[in-house]
Order: sequence, then C-alpha cells, then structure tokens
Amino acid sequence: MDITEVPVSEDSKGKKKKNKKPKMKSKAGNGEAEKKQQEVVVVENMEKSEPAFPPSFSVSEIKNKQRRHFMFMKLKQEKRKQKMQLKKKKKKEREALGDKAPPKEVPKTIENQRVYDETVVDPEDEEVAFDEGTDEFSAYFNGLTNPKVLITTSDRPRGRTVRFCEQLATVIPNAHVYYRRGLALKRVIPQCIARDFTYLIVINEDRKVPNGMVLCHLPDGPTAHFKVSSVRLRKEMKRRGKDPTEHSPEVILNNFTTRLGHSIGRLFAALFPQDPQFVGRQVATFHNQRDFIFFRFHRYIFKNEKRVGIQELGPRFTLKLRSLQKGTFDSKFGEYEWVLKRHEMDACRRKFQL
Amino acid sequence: MMADSSRLCSVWLGSETGILKGVSLGRKQAFNFCNTRQLSRDQEVRALCWADPAQSELLLGSVDGTVRTFSTEKGAFTEARRCGEPAEGCFTGLAALSGSATVTCVECGTLRVWREDSSEPATQLHAGQNVCRMRQSPVHRHKVATGGKDNPLKIWDLQRPESPAFTAKNLRDDWLDLRRPHWVRDMAFIPDSDKVVTCTGYHQVHVFDPASPQRRPVLEVEYGEYPLTALSLPPGGQSVVVGNTHGQIAVLDLRKGAVRGCLKGLAGGVRALQCHSSQPVVASCGLDRFLRVHSLEDRKLLHKVYLKSRLNCVLLASREEAGQTAGEAGSQEVKEEEEDEVWDAMERVEEAPKRKTTTEEEEEEEQEEEEVKKKSKKKKKKKKEAFED
Repeated sequence: MDITEVPVSEDSKGKKKKNKKPKMKSKAGNGEAEKKQQEVVVVENMEKSEPAFPPSFSVSEIKNKQRRHFMFMKLKQEKRKQKMQLKKKKKKEREALGDKAPPKEVPKTIENQRVYDETVVDPEDEEVAFDEGTDEFSAYFNGLTNPKVLITTSDRPRGRTVRFCEQLATVIPNAHVYYRRGLALKRVIPQCIARDFTYLIVINEDRKVPNGMVLCHLPDGPTAHFKVSSVRLRKEMKRRGKDPTEHSPEVILNNFTTRLGHSIGRLFAALFPQDPQFVGRQVATFHNQRDFIFFRFHRYIFKNEKRVGIQELGPRFTLKLRSLQKGTFDSKFGEYEWVLKRHEMDACRRKFQL
Repeated sequence: MMADSSRLCSVWLGSETGILKGVSLGRKQAFNFCNTRQLSRDQEVRALCWADPAQSELLLGSVDGTVRTFSTEKGAFTEARRCGEPAEGCFTGLAALSGSATVTCVECGTLRVWREDSSEPATQLHAGQNVCRMRQSPVHRHKVATGGKDNPLKIWDLQRPESPAFTAKNLRDDWLDLRRPHWVRDMAFIPDSDKVVTCTGYHQVHVFDPASPQRRPVLEVEYGEYPLTALSLPPGGQSVVVGNTHGQIAVLDLRKGAVRGCLKGLAGGVRALQCHSSQPVVASCGLDRFLRVHSLEDRKLLHKVYLKSRLNCVLLASREEAGQTAGEAGSQEVKEEEEDEVWDAMERVEEAPKRKTTTEEEEEEEQEEEEVKKKSKKKKKKKKEAFED
C-alpha cells in the first residue's frame, strides 16, 4: 500500500520492504509520517517550481548498520552510474560537434583560484628593481663576495640531525659543519663575521628530528626562520644516484612571485656560488607551492635534445617560512619584516604570501 | 601636473629608497616624488615633519645629512640643506620653529637649531648618547623631548639650552636590586597638559608629569613581548596607540592602564604611526611596505595601499581630508536631491493603514540614509508592488 502510493525512489523502498518484512508494521508508522512529509514537500515543490527532485529520505535514518551500509553502497553506485552516463553523453555531444565544440573547461584548483596579490613583482618596476639592487644581497649579486656557509644545530643534536647537517654540507659548496657546544648565537655571529662567513644555518632539533631552520645572512643581512618538515636522508631515498660531487650545482627557484617571495628567493640563491659548474650536472631546486618550499637535489643527463634523465641525490626537505627579520639574528629586539600570524593569514585558503 | 597630484595627497610617507610618497585616499592613488634622477640609499628618508602650521611644506631628513624641503603646492623639492655629517648618525628628529628655523637631532645626541640664512647652527646642545627620537611639543614650540637607549627622557627648552628642563629618573630597581634597563623609543606630548608619554624597547609605556615633584613615571603600562617602536596620540587625549616590531598595534587606555584593543593586519614591524588630528583615524606604515589606515572607533581597516619600498615615516595632512569630505558631502547631497525627485515622480500606492505608516517611515528613513540603503529599499518596494500587482 505504501509502496504504490508514493512515487518515490521505489527501488530503495522496495528493497527495504523486501528485507524487512517482519518489521513492516513498525516501519509502517514511520512510513506514514514520512509519506505525509513527502506529500507536503511535493505539494510545496509544485507550487514553487518545476518538477522537484523526488525527495528521498536520507540513508542515515536507517538504524541497522548492515542495511544502512548496503543502502549507502547502492546510493553511491547509482550516483556513479549517473555520472558516467552524463560523461558519455557529453563526450558524444562533443564528438558530434567536432570543431565547433566549446573548449574544455579548466578544472578549478587552489592555485588557479589564488586571490590577487598586489605585491606580485612586476619585472619592469624600477623602484622594486632599485630596492632589490641595493639590498643586503647586492654584494653577492654583484659578484663581490663568495658564499661561505656555517652549518650548526641546536644544542646536543641527535643522529638524524647530525646526518642531515653532513648531507647539507655536501650539497652546498663551501659549507662547514660545526658542533654547537651550547654557544649563544649572538656571540657566534660576530666571530663568523670576523672569519668571513656569509651565511649561518642553524638546524633546530626536536625529539631527535630536525624541525626548524634559521638562515642568517651574515654581514648585516636578513634572518629567516623556517619550519622544516618531511626530511628524507640519502639512504631513505629510492632509486638514488651516487653521492654528489664537489661541483657547484645550478639553482632553480620556482614560483617566488611576490615581493616577499623575491626576498626569500634571493636568500636561497645567495647560498650557492654564482657560477655553476655545468660539468657536474647537478641542480638544486627550491620550488614554492602554496607557501611551502620544497627542496630537491638532482643530477641530470641529456639523453638527446629533447629527453632528460634525472636521478635524485641528496636530502629532500620542505620549508615553511615563519618569520623574516631585518638584521642578524635577534629574536627579542630585532625588527621583523614579515611574521606569520596564523589566525590572520591562514584564514583564507586561497591567499598565499610567497 | 605634479602640483595637482601633490595637492590631492592626504598622506605623506618617506621610504628607505629616498622617495617621498604621497597617497590620496579618496582616489586610491599613490604618487612618487623624487628629487634626483637616480635613486640612492643615501637619500633614505629618516624624519618627516611639517615645516609650517599651514601644512604647505614638508621637511625631509635623509641619511646623508641633508634636510630637504618639499612644497605641496608646487609639487617639487625647493631646498636642500646640509645639516650634519652622516658619520654622526641618522636623523632621529626634525622639527620646525616659528621664524623659519629648523631643529634637527642626530643619533649621537647633538641637537641643533638652524636658522634660515646661516650654515652654522644657532644653538647646539648635547642630549646624551644613542638618542632614538626627538619630538616637539605641539603647544609650546620651543620645547622638545629626547630619549634613547640608556638615555632617559629629557625635556629641553630651546631658549635655555644649557640643561634640560626635566630629566626623567630611571625606574626603581627590581626585586633583585638590579638596575632596570631603559630604552626610550618614541615619545609624545599630551595636549592640554604638561605630560609626556613614552614607549620603550622593553615593551613598556610610561607617562611622565614634569609638573609633579616625582621624576619617575606616573603611569606604567606593559604591552606585548616585543619592543614598542612607534607611538601616537589620538585627539581624545585619554588613549595612546602603540606599535611594536612584530606588527602588533594596540590602543591603550591611559586612565586605567589597560589595553583597549588591537589593530590587526600588519605583518612587519611598525616604523611609524600617526593619528589624524580631528578624525578618529590612524595611519601606520612599516617594514612590510604597506600603508594601512584604521578607524579607531571600530578598529577596522579602512584602507590598505601597497607602496613598493619599506616605509620609514608617515604624516597626515589635516586640511586635505576636510577638502575631500566636503567634496564627497557635496556629491552626496546632489545625489540625495535626485533621489527625492525620483520618489516624488513615483505614484503613491494606496494601501491599508498599517502599510501606509511603514511606507511613510521608510520614506523618512531613506531621506536620511545613504544611497546604498536607498537602492535596496527601492528594490524591496518595487518587489512589493510587483507582488501585489
């Protein structure tokens, strides 16, 4: 009786009735109430708009878990079938139209939907070019200094961090690893400057795993503090090549578009010597996507003019910028050029800073 | 052309690249004014102030020791003057005295008064080492205050340059009997009284009263964990706006010593803050290369302008704002008149008594409210009419 009167998702209801014959009486009460609701809904729909979508009660109202699961699977299958049918129809239409078919729609991604950022650097902008040309890295970019990097850790580092530092030192030419010995960074910095170092990298460790990095450009340059995650050491990498050689690698900086991104990009670029040795065929990549900077180190070989083979060597890690401070490391009294404020900046999923 | 754009600007900023930027908030445009063809870091603007109360000329102090004058009427730099050596440090304060004299203060502590004609300072005094800021009292033009790192607040009377009129005493030793460190970053004179507010590099805000016998601060307020770099007083006189190196700007209440609220949005250290003299608006600029204008009543961001270099100082023009608002009010009145005509042209719908009162009320409200709301109510009325039809 109930089945025939209500012209709604007969399949589901039919199946339900089949399975639950003994329970029909208890469900009848529910069915009636639902039917009334459905009638009301149908009436309203007819008043307001065209033939409404047949209102089906949601699968979550079935109390029995097995049956609920079964109904849900069926629902999913139905949906998938309908989707496939729609796709086939569209494809047929597209083929039928041939050349006149409308162009394929581009799917929306978060990178596509990125909020317009007014700080994106215009290559022809004189003021920004002047600003960059005379900032703290100008000595490096004008060829006056060669990078010399000091890598150290927080106090009493554990095995993984030590190995990470050693591998970083092989990747960055002219890098030296020193044991921290509990020294204060503010005392270390003048000594580094006296010995002509241009960079100080401090890897911070937490629970035997590196999790932070402070990158300080030495004469009086900016200090960047990053969060480090996903560190993979050399032996954990699959299909890796032999150890990197002493040649200076090429550097690739991807997707650093805003003004802040430019500053960070220059910070990374100044770590490596200006003239890469192409003989070594090694390349270090800093790829920025959604404010995360991915570091990879590869060796490439050109098989012919169009095909390249790459082998990943070296450690791989991900960085996220937490703060950029003007001046050398001084977390208490320094002036910050940019600070990550999570509640304000991470609120919008489509807005990125780098 | 430059003169036109300079007359429109209501906010003036000095940047690290040496460019003077003028921003017109009503039109949302920014203009660059530059002296030389080539930019250079030596011209970095460190101090900015109005040369006269009529606000027609600006004084800029640069790193290389020159003080330049910029005329807002003409839109060009009119004068440049050598007022000190770059070896002495950057300008920490610039002020204009009546009679076309300028007061300059540099980081090493030398405060000089320059007359228009001579190239030698008329008066010179030493305000200690490491002066961070010098400010002039808006009421008594010959009084200036200086303060710096380990250099307590000193109020000088320029007519008696031998010794300061008031020297603040350091805070009491702390509970371990150690001397408290002292670092005055910025100060301001509270109008209608003799009091001076200072903010320190140890995240404290102090109020000093030279009239009272105690030389220690009358009120002490702490905010945040980072050095406070800039300070400004809104027209009320009961509160103060401070900014720190992390980009946090807060409005503190001076009567109780509590934080009233924070202004959000800045991502870099605050270099300069300025409250408007009549409107409850505060402009902030800093190392993140943005100019932000917040409203003090609801602490919301009103304007945000990207200016491509790091900004060092900001100045608000009071008369330009008035000009703009008068213009806007005029245009609004014109639009309101047009709206009234439209309403009169429309036929009155005869409805039930209940409805009539509401329509009357709506009309009265509309005459008072702005366009946007009028438009939405128009739509509602039209919809109502359509529905009844």
